[in-house]
Formats: sequence, C-alpha cells, structure tokens
Amino acid sequence: MTWSQMQPLLYNNTLDTLFMVWWSTFYAVLFGIPLGVLLILTDRGGVLQNVVVNKIIGAVVNIGRSFPFLILMVALIPFTRLVVGVSIGPTGAVVPLVIAAIPFFARLVEAALREVDHGLVEAVQSMGGGTWTIVFKVLLPQALPALVAAVTTTVITLIGYSAIAGAVGGGGLGNLAYTYGYLQYETNLMVITIVLLIVLVIAVQLLGDLIVRRLAGRGSRGSSSVRVGLRKAPTPATAAGQPAEAAPADAPKERVGA
Amino acid sequence: MITTTGLTKVYRSGDREVTALDGVDLHVREGEVYGVIGQSGAGKSTLIRCVNLLERPTSGTVTVAGQELTALAGKGQRANAALRAARSHIGMVFQHFNLLSSRTVQDNIELPLEILKVDRRERSRKALELLDLVGLADKAKAYPAQLSGGQKQRVGIARALAGDPKVLLSDEATSALDPETTRSILQLLRDLNRQLGLTVLLITHEMDVVKTICDSAALMKNGRVVEQGTVAELLATPGSELARELFPVGGEPSGPDRTVVDVTFHGEAATRPVISELSRTYNVDISILGAAMDTVGGKQIGRMRIELPGRFEDNVVPIGFLREQGLQVDVAGDPAAPATAAPAGALVKEGAK
Repeated sequence: MTWSQMQPLLYNNTLDTLFMVWWSTFYAVLFGIPLGVLLILTDRGGVLQNVVVNKIIGAVVNIGRSFPFLILMVALIPFTRLVVGVSIGPTGAVVPLVIAAIPFFARLVEAALREVDHGLVEAVQSMGGGTWTIVFKVLLPQALPALVAAVTTTVITLIGYSAIAGAVGGGGLGNLAYTYGYLQYETNLMVITIVLLIVLVIAVQLLGDLIVRRLAGRGSRGSSSVRVGLRKAPTPATAAGQPAEAAPADAPKERVGA
Repeated sequence: MITTTGLTKVYRSGDREVTALDGVDLHVREGEVYGVIGQSGAGKSTLIRCVNLLERPTSGTVTVAGQELTALAGKGQRANAALRAARSHIGMVFQHFNLLSSRTVQDNIELPLEILKVDRRERSRKALELLDLVGLADKAKAYPAQLSGGQKQRVGIARALAGDPKVLLSDEATSALDPETTRSILQLLRDLNRQLGLTVLLITHEMDVVKTICDSAALMKNGRVVEQGTVAELLATPGSELARELFPVGGEPSGPDRTVVDVTFHGEAATRPVISELSRTYNVDISILGAAMDTVGGKQIGRMRIELPGRFEDNVVPIGFLREQGLQVDVAGDPAAPATAAPAGALVKEGAK
C-alpha cells in the first residue's frame, strides 16, 4: 500500500477516533460529575447523607464498571440502535463508550472531591451556605486540578476503548489497524496507526498535566511546588520588584515562571 | 448574648455511647470576651460547634442574640433557610483557618457576602475595608498559600466579620500559631471586641489566652462546665481551680505551727503596700511563699501566698486586717484537690463525623 493510499484512510479514521473520544468524554463529564457529587453528598457524614441512595448509586456504578468493554458494547447493541439509530460506525460506538465512561469518571470525581478538606465545608456552613454553595463554591473549585486530571485519565482510557470499539465495527484508528493491519497484513499501516495512537495519548497527557499544574499553581495544599503562570498572583515583575510583599518571608521566593 | 441551657450531646457509635456535653449552661454577656478552657476531650470543641448548630445537640437549647437557634432549626439534620440566615450573622474562625486555596484573599472574604447575595461592587468594597481592618490591605490579590499562619488567621477573622456579626466564635484560633503571632491575633480580637462591640466566645486549651483577653471564663471537664464567671468572680471564689491556674502560687499549705493564706488583690488594693502595713501594725514576720501579678482584661490582679507564724487561731486578727483592706483571703488549709488530677479515662470524641 502506498503512502497516497494510506493518507486518506489515516486522516478519516483519525477524525473518527477524535469524534468518538470527544463526544464520549463530553457526555461522561456531563453525567459523571453530578453522579460523583451525589456519591459524595449522600455518603455517611455528607451534607445530604442518605445511605440508601448512596448504596444504590454505588451499586449501579460498580456494575457499570465491572463489564468488560467488548461485552458491554455487544450487550448494548439494541439500546444503541434505539438511541442513535445505528449500532455500527463512530456514532454507534459513542453510546457504549459513554455508558462505560460515566461510572469510570464518576468514581474519579468522587475520589477527587473526597480530597477536599471537610473543614472548608464546615466553614461555608458556618457562614450560612447551603448545599449549592458547598458544591459550586467549595467542592468543585477546590477539586478542579484533580478533576482535570480525572478528565485526562478518562480521555486516555476512552482512546483505548475506542480502538476496541473500532475492531468490532466502530470505525476509527482501531478499525484501521484491525482491518488493514491485522486482516490484510499491512504492517506499515498498522505501525503508523499505533504511532498515531501513542502520539494522541501523550499529547492528551501533556496537555492535562499542563492545565493541572497551572491550576495547582494557585497554591492548593499538597500541590506540587512548581508554580507556573499564576492566574492573578504575583507576576515575575512584582515578585522581583518587592519580594517581601509578594511572598511570606519563610516561603521560597523563586517559584514563579518555572 | 449567647445562652445555652442543659446542652447535651451524645455520640452513638454502634451500641457505645459517649457523652461529649453533659448539661452545659453557659451565659455569655453582650460585648464580652468569654473563654472556655479545658483539656482536649473535655467537650469544648463540641460546645462551640453546638452554638451555631454545626453539631446538633442531643437536647438543650441554644440562644444567640435573642434567637433560639435550636427552635429555629427544626428536627431535620439539614440546615434550613432560617438557620442558615441566623448563621450568616454569627462569625466563626477556625484553628486551621479553612480558607479556600482556589480563591484569592479578597475572594475568600467575599464568599460569605456571595452567600448573602450582596452585589459585586459592595462585596469588593466591604472585603477591602475588612482587609484594612485586620491589617492586610496589601494582600487582597494574594492566595492563601502565599501567606504566613498569622496572616491566614487574619483573613479568617476578616471573613468571619463579613456578615456584620454580633457574635464571633473562635475555635482554637491561635492553637496553630507561634506565641508571638498568638499575641498579635489575640490583640486583634481584643481590638475588634472593643471597636465593634463584638461578643467573642472562644475555646482554647491555653491558659495564657484566657489571661490575655478574656473578661469571663469557664472551665470544662468531661463535658461539664465546672466553673464559670468573670475573671474577678473566679478569683474571688475560694478554691477556684481556674483562679489557681491563672495565678499559680507555690508553697506548702498550713501546718500545725504556721498559717498559710492566699491573698488576692483586685484593683487599687493591688497597688497599696498592704503586706508591710500588716507586718508593722501587728509586728509579725511574714514570709512570701509565692506570688503572681498580672493584668487580666485590663484590670490589675494579683495573688500571693504568705506564711504567718503560729496556728490559724493565733492569726485571726491579722487576717481580719487583710480582709478589712478589701482583699480576699483564703486559708490554704488541707491541700485542696490537686489541679492536675483530671481523670484520664472517659475521654469523649471531639469533632464531627
């Protein structure tokens, strides 16, 4: 197979993969964050403690997570057809990808929110804040770096899942590697496909890490000591101009602009 | 300003029951700084968290600024709108500051105002005014992680004041700070108390805190308030453990051939040469065994343990003289219950879970 033959295949299938990953991530975040928040709020000692609701959501999430993705995809074919009209191709693959990703992401959200100091919740309660205030002004903003890291992990997992989906008729790079690389012995194409997937994963991870570092740079406790491009806080100019003002005397001053 | 009656809190875990508060009656007057002191596990943290109902008492009532919060809150565990509205006018500062690391100093102070739905410009104005009040006007745009402990607590105090509270609750606010920073934070609380007429209820395990700023104090042990009153009242109470802790005086108690008395000086009596007068008038030899002199809540107060020769019966007249001078005299007879004999068992669980 020549390069000119491979090029359109690679291009179209990369777009298919991006399509699947983008939409499944979108819905996973859309549904996973409320689920994760509910898991935290209804937990023992939570703001809306409700053991029954917590147990039910927990069980549903656990069932969702224990399905091997390939089996889930096949099992969901009727449901997929009901929702999007088709069960194959990138569109058909999005539905099982979303179903697999929601519980996965919800657990990551739960873990991220659990790390938020309960003292902050109490502080807001002592100011007269209600549940909405706690969720939107404390839990989510405080956990933002961890949430971004969770999204990164989810995207990478979905890239892997989408390749599996591709192998059973979902389209995308997985499909390309399987049909041409494996079934037709086009080793070159398979290698290129795999390299593309690797590049994709690395790019997502780097981007995610960069955002996490920027957010953590605001100085949340336990964050990395590297502070890159603080959002509002001392620009290098002010830090250098009046170092005593910009940072407490006991803190290392050379932290800005790593 | 703050009144609790029969406040009781029992924690249940499985079939074990732990009584953290056991019928606490507290009365904090308007405009005073009231300190609750006790060892960890005495229930003082549970007490202060019950005052704004962060912790729901098992029984008893809490009244703050004329509002009975326990009646307001109803039965449910969740805070209803009425309780939340009441809480927004009760400031609270915490041992570990509890500032949001994701927000700047100014945004942290604006948070209670956001909850009160104050508009943006007014929020900003108020936050900057409060920052100025606590001496951090230049730190508005800094993040909490860039501040020292004392500065963080100042932000915590500014935040607590944002809702124009009449009452400030301080949950071990200085316990995570070094002695010098502790003094400056206590000074700030004292100033706010004077300038704004703020009523402050604080809990602490450090006697120094009570000594430095409190008008009144209560001693808690095993979930009970064992002593309470103004500092002057406590000092005037014979055998008061708090008074002894506030002004520790050394020396052996009375024996068959000597009479040991504790003399407490208040106000102007503290500056008169009473002891030398006594010595001259009755021609007795007086040994001073121990003494402590300090300023409590702006008043000079001292305690002295002196020894007079002979039995108590021989010393009735000199002791009467001291009493005539307006001093409070306690005969240190049989050794009183040692102050350090707090029972180690029956520790109660503190904090919420």
